[in-house]
Amino acid sequence: MSAGDLTFPQAPGEAGAKTKATKAQTGGEPGTRAKARPRGGRRLGRPRMTGAGRQLDAGPVTYAVLTVFALVSLAPLVWTAVAASRTDRRLAETPPPLWFGGNLFKNLQAAWDQAGLGTAMFNSTLVATTITVSTVLFSTLAGFAFAKLRFRFSGALLLLTIGTMMIPPQLAVVPLYLWMSDLGWSNRLQTVVLPTLVTAFGTFFMRQYLVQALPTELIEAARVDGASSPRILWHVVFPAARPAMAVLGLLTFVFAWNDFLWPIIALNQQNPTVQVALNSLGTGYVPDQAVIMAGALLSTLPLLIAFLLFGKQIVGGIMQGAIKG
Amino acid sequence: MTSSHEALAHPASSAEAAPGNQPGAARGAHGRGTPPKGTASWRSRLYRWDMKASPYVLIAPFFVVFGAFSLVPLLYTAWYSLHHVQLSALDHQTWAGLGNYTNLLSSEFFWNALQNTFSIGVISTVPQLLAALWLAHLLNYRLRGSTAWRVVMLTPYATSVAAATLVFTLLYSWDGGMINWLLHFVGVDPVNWRESDWGSQFAVSSIVIWRWTGYNALIYLAAMQAIPSDLYESAALDGAGRRQQFRHVTVPMLRPTILFTVIVSTIGATQLFGEPLLFGGVSGSKGGSEHQYQTLGLYMYDQGWIIGNLGKASAIAWSMFLILVIVAVVNMLLSRRLRKSP
Repeated sequence: MSAGDLTFPQAPGEAGAKTKATKAQTGGEPGTRAKARPRGGRRLGRPRMTGAGRQLDAGPVTYAVLTVFALVSLAPLVWTAVAASRTDRRLAETPPPLWFGGNLFKNLQAAWDQAGLGTAMFNSTLVATTITVSTVLFSTLAGFAFAKLRFRFSGALLLLTIGTMMIPPQLAVVPLYLWMSDLGWSNRLQTVVLPTLVTAFGTFFMRQYLVQALPTELIEAARVDGASSPRILWHVVFPAARPAMAVLGLLTFVFAWNDFLWPIIALNQQNPTVQVALNSLGTGYVPDQAVIMAGALLSTLPLLIAFLLFGKQIVGGIMQGAIKG
Repeated sequence: MTSSHEALAHPASSAEAAPGNQPGAARGAHGRGTPPKGTASWRSRLYRWDMKASPYVLIAPFFVVFGAFSLVPLLYTAWYSLHHVQLSALDHQTWAGLGNYTNLLSSEFFWNALQNTFSIGVISTVPQLLAALWLAHLLNYRLRGSTAWRVVMLTPYATSVAAATLVFTLLYSWDGGMINWLLHFVGVDPVNWRESDWGSQFAVSSIVIWRWTGYNALIYLAAMQAIPSDLYESAALDGAGRRQQFRHVTVPMLRPTILFTVIVSTIGATQLFGEPLLFGGVSGSKGGSEHQYQTLGLYMYDQGWIIGNLGKASAIAWSMFLILVIVAVVNMLLSRRLRKSP
């Protein structure tokens, strides 16, 4: 992944979740506070729960510029579909096609069979789902511990976690490659699943959420009632964490589906994930531009559908992460 | 770092409501209300053990996997960077000392890759963040269908590096490409995006800009919405127009967020890999026929897995890390400076 994918920035204000948080915590959370940026103004803004700093009505110019931005965002994707519905020969001609042709299904079929995207989609679904489930589960457990429990070195361990989010994946791939070939695992899916079963980002994300969304009194009360840790987890932590778990799940799935560097080292066209299959397409595995575009379209489709269904949650997750980071 | 846990340190606040005062409600609570006998004391011991051990049990899965696949490899990479490790003879590793590093420093391709990484980093990051700031400002108006606008701006983020690059490569193709065709309407001669120096770097950067502008805009938007509106009100009372409000209220209040996105984008730019690899097609790992857009990430992949010198690849990886550390330190000093100045 690129660190940008998954690192949450810090930003002012703890608007949303603050409503639920304990009043005792006016000091905010300290962990990030230490290294981050509070600005005097945020405290003034605290009472305003709407989170809207300033909302002026948009004028026609605003809408016009936004439309341009939207076109730039969407046009390449729409054009991918246009190109995928044409033939290779047509794509080499000038002017380029601007409207759909009749070859979409033929090209999709070719991408599915010849370029191995059928296998790749299946593999990627398996890989991304496994990674998502495990990341969400383990991140919630660790995030809860960091947010609400005291233990030795918790501060140092949290700092370590945050610090390593900045390390490029390039620093791990050589040893990983050597180990996996020792194990005789090259080209097996577990090679791409195992190293990504947890992410530092996930743990940090859950910690940030739970610090505020999970009232400490609730855990205390459960403790006083003699509840064991598993019970507390099941009856208190998971219910409180559910919204953040859903968002983390979506973000993790996107990340796992799109992960590039390590999969193209660990796997090849025999048993590819989607990104590996696309990489093969890019280096001339099937030298037909229309099929390549069909492949690009096909591989993006699941995420586009996810955005269509859960766009609001994904946007909210990114913005919330920004606020709480 | 522990003050967020303070509530746990004062269990009395809620314990007062519980006369039956269970043991172990907090550390040191075991003295009071000793439970009667037998099963109870067994339970209380279990309970105390639970209290002590559970944090470690909870973080264990994370740190085991994280340590094994992220932290330990970091050190191993350093170790391999001091050895001759060839892809063709993995079992035969010999000590190289700093050989891989001196090799790098005397290689023109390393310096070329470093320079490309820097220039592509600048071309992709600066316009991206400026556009994101502008976009966030627009999205911060009260809009019809505001969620829909936001989702649309984020769709490029759903597109993988590989898919986006394949599409852009076709858009940038020399003849028959959409971009050259559009340029001819404004009277610009076709640009050879794949071969020319600046053209190829610009093309690669544009992919990064396209994918990340919306994402950064959402982060800025979140920060903007947390700015208290009284600041704008008082600025307006002082006679500041919208533009001045943006300059004198919004931008200063966003400063920490901007710094953060700069750091994140810098990290992303340092490891830039997929875009130039796929943009180059068959000669991807070379970063074009003349290495015009071979970045450090690409150079590492090329040395390690195409040429097969994993020792040198490890040295390149560690150089990237060192560069990032330097950037981080500079950033920290810079932000401290900025924070001090009003």
